[in-house]
Amino acid sequence: MLAAVASLSVLGLTLGTVLGYAARYLKVEGNPLEAEIEEMLPGSQCGQCGYPGCSPAATALVAGEAPVTLCPPGGQSLALELADKLGVTADLSALEEKQPMIAYVREDLCIGCTRCFKRCPTDAIIGSSKQIHAVIGDACTGCEKCVDACPTECVEMHPIPQTLQNWYWPKPSVAA
Amino acid sequence: MRSSAFKLFRIRGGVHPEGRKQDTCGQPIRELPMPALLRIPLQQHIGAPAQPEVRRGDRVLKGQLLATSQGLISAPVHAPTSGVIKSIGKFPAPHASGLPVRTITLEPDGEDRWIDLDPQATPLHLEPDDIAERVAAAGIVGMGGATFPSAVKLGLRERFELHTLVINAAECEPYLTCDDRLMRERAHEIIDGIRITLHGLQVNKALVAIENNKPEAIAAMTEAARAFDEITIVAVPVRYPMGSEKHLVQTLTGKETPARSLTADIGIVVHNVATVRAIGEAVRFGRPLISRVVTVGGGAVHEPGNLQVPIGAPVEALIEACGGLREEPAKLLSGGPMMGQPLPELRVPVVKGTSGILALTTAEVASKPTMPCIRCASCVDVCPCGLLPLEMANRARNADLQGAADFGLMDCVSCGSCSYVCPAHIPLVQYFNYAKGALVEQQRAKHKQEETKRLAAARAERMERLAAAKREAMAKRKAEMAAKKAREAEAAQAAEADDAATEPTDAPVNKLAEPQVGT
Repeated sequence: MLAAVASLSVLGLTLGTVLGYAARYLKVEGNPLEAEIEEMLPGSQCGQCGYPGCSPAATALVAGEAPVTLCPPGGQSLALELADKLGVTADLSALEEKQPMIAYVREDLCIGCTRCFKRCPTDAIIGSSKQIHAVIGDACTGCEKCVDACPTECVEMHPIPQTLQNWYWPKPSVAA
Repeated sequence: MRSSAFKLFRIRGGVHPEGRKQDTCGQPIRELPMPALLRIPLQQHIGAPAQPEVRRGDRVLKGQLLATSQGLISAPVHAPTSGVIKSIGKFPAPHASGLPVRTITLEPDGEDRWIDLDPQATPLHLEPDDIAERVAAAGIVGMGGATFPSAVKLGLRERFELHTLVINAAECEPYLTCDDRLMRERAHEIIDGIRITLHGLQVNKALVAIENNKPEAIAAMTEAARAFDEITIVAVPVRYPMGSEKHLVQTLTGKETPARSLTADIGIVVHNVATVRAIGEAVRFGRPLISRVVTVGGGAVHEPGNLQVPIGAPVEALIEACGGLREEPAKLLSGGPMMGQPLPELRVPVVKGTSGILALTTAEVASKPTMPCIRCASCVDVCPCGLLPLEMANRARNADLQGAADFGLMDCVSCGSCSYVCPAHIPLVQYFNYAKGALVEQQRAKHKQEETKRLAAARAERMERLAAAKREAMAKRKAEMAAKKAREAEAAQAAEADDAATEPTDAPVNKLAEPQVGT
């Protein structure tokens, strides 16, 4: 009885120690593909994809639970890159329906509470206490975090304005 | 000097569209009657829009600065006549999109009074940099249609070793005759402009390339250039797109410009013939670019002709001055029929790059239904850039932009020769224009994403720094509190010791004094 208890204890301790060290020295650093995908994502942790941040989104992408078109700030180019990386075909139809939007501060309603720019993941809103805030359109990713933060509902989402700089010819519509 | 024995080189491809210049090439340039309102867009050039210098209600004189250039690649805008600024707002651009752009509206007062100019009697004694400065201040841009600021081109001599100035007077687009008329009527002014430009570039050889179908212009220019050995008038064969600068240079010198680089890389600068005339006017007389010659043509116009038009005149005023419309045009174009831009409406203004206004009838447009590609390779034969239009169009149509780019999409000059010859009437060049825009859009999106990443990282780093600073402050305060407590404890001990040693009457004073030192 005593010999059995002793031998099992010794065995358990030895194997436990070995396993413990193995866990420490032979640790797998997550899925390397996930890290690569996360590197490709914008990293603004905006949550527009429905995941809490870019890292969980990358995990879902690798697991095949999320479509490559999940990232609105990344847009079409990112979707194509992701599809290329993951070896899937990108269905861009979902992306084309969703027009890229940017935030806009209605100056007559803004009270200068500073809440919106504290939430902005890309510092795209400038302003200070009791001063009207303004959005830098080029830096805005359209994550809508500021919309929820505003106490006077003065932040609105507008489509990106078309100018001579970003206009280009539409695709010719022909059957052939 | 005219060189009849000038050795020319053959370029590949090209087409021979019907010229249709006979309606306007015999008509002398007429002055357009001053319209009731001029609308002057702040962006009539490639680069950053100009910044207004005047306010609503201001009185301005002819040639007065209305808006200054912004940044390195930009051009100022001047008042085409004297009058009152009615407004500074948005107005549809003379562009296929018809999008509104910032525009100054000027109401002419009819006096047409000039501002004091700064003429230069001896422009050839100016420093080359002064010439570039005067050209920049005059708001001169490429008047062939590309509207690239000319002063930037004059500055190329600092970065490249230049040896030849080529004057592009090919005017290969059908219908257009504005450069032809300009050469017939103002040859001496053009030659003067060429000499000033040569001096500005510090180059001593100029080639003026004129297509064979303009014998009167060749004769007039040869006559005007007779006294100047450095200027050679060269008659080049009629073939579209002879007026594409890279192909013109290749015809004249046999040298091909490397892909996606400038003709300056092989030592040559190309200017349009109307542009050098404007350079001459600006440097010798101090006159800014405020008007240009425009061909008004097309079967739907009653009396086609060439007009000297103030910048900002509405297109409808030009058509009215040419007898109005014979019928509703099937297409209204700015520029030639091969590369011109459709205009959204008749109210849009003439800008510095408007070489022609064409109102084409249904018979002239002759659009036919698109048929499937039969892979006849006609487009490959005519492509002056040596590309495979059918393969590129195939990929552009199937949203494979990268595939199209791999076939050389970015080397396409959008001349439209492929669409012109396609027996299946496939809108080839239209596919390329779309695909180029979409590719640029993709690059912009990618750039934005990289910037987003940088901004997010910068924010995370800042947040981390803030948190660290907070932690540090907390730790410092804790340490101070601990130190204070320790001192108090020490003081209390010392006081107790004192209590024991000294008279009891002193003790309260000491106790009160000690903590104050600590705070």
